[in-house]
Amino acid sequence: MPASQATTVEPEAHDPALRHHFADAQQQKNAASLGMWLFLVTEIMFFGGMFCAYLVYRLAHFNAFAAGSQQLSIGLGATNTAVLLISSLTVVLAVKAAEAGNRKQLVTYLIITVMLGLVFLGIKADEYAEKFERHHVPGPNFQFTDTFDDGAQKIPVNPNEAQLYFSLYFAMTGMHALHMVIGCGLFTVLSVLAWKGHYTPQYFTPIENAGLYWHLVDIIWIYLFPLLYLISRHR
Amino acid sequence: MSENTEHGTHSRRFYVAIGMSLLALTATTVFAAFVNLGPFNPVVALLIATIKATLVVLFFMHVKGASEKLTAVVLVSGFFFLAILLSLALADYLTRAWR
Repeated sequence: MPASQATTVEPEAHDPALRHHFADAQQQKNAASLGMWLFLVTEIMFFGGMFCAYLVYRLAHFNAFAAGSQQLSIGLGATNTAVLLISSLTVVLAVKAAEAGNRKQLVTYLIITVMLGLVFLGIKADEYAEKFERHHVPGPNFQFTDTFDDGAQKIPVNPNEAQLYFSLYFAMTGMHALHMVIGCGLFTVLSVLAWKGHYTPQYFTPIENAGLYWHLVDIIWIYLFPLLYLISRHR
Repeated sequence: MSENTEHGTHSRRFYVAIGMSLLALTATTVFAAFVNLGPFNPVVALLIATIKATLVVLFFMHVKGASEKLTAVVLVSGFFFLAILLSLALADYLTRAWR
């Protein structure tokens, strides 16, 4: 914006959505997006630590990890993957609706996203319940009698090593589920604010940034699904 | 600064097509898990996961065509440090048996 133009702006003509320290709306948007991405990188490193632990123990105790993985339900895991991917799609469409200034569509897509998030958590809760019933939850009541089939024979598995697999399973999916709970809360608040008309085509940064967060949580699940559910399934 | 405010956004049909590709890739990864590829089963699984993640990052998260060019730098540096974490940890654990 040229300096001569800036000096002629009346105080009441100032866009209320634009903070004074930004030159224009685009710069403000870029700054918010960059800040969100920096946060997402810390999330990648946070989950990266758990992926690293997973990698080290999987390489050290492959048979136990494969036997543990084969106790999970691929049907439920794949369904949850599909649910999350569709919810990512509805988030993108919500951002697009916000950009177009279509309030009803925005609220609808946000609510569908929350619903899909709750479906994911419901399926996850069902899987967890099954783990408790079968004593696959790490701790004093942990039991594991399944074997690893290497194609030629069934090899007994050390329960302590299987417990390592299930510890990582609960740590990783649990931390992921916590992120999902936070995401559902975020989108619930955003859909109320969107319904009240807080967002305009000029300002919908919270929708965009919550969307970025949701996509990252989706990406983490994209990796968790094959790593936890699909170990050595062809036996 | 008057470049289009609709940075990196596409038509609804395009997003639905990306979503469908992601679902198709999920079906592919489940199918591939049941085929005996020897040591390449985890490689294929991770490759498909990475293709899916790339689609999400580029198109759903609008990194492709983003008006803020530093976004890509931040993202790549994040994966770079993740690679350091994983490679140095493995360089330790995988060589402990060497005497």
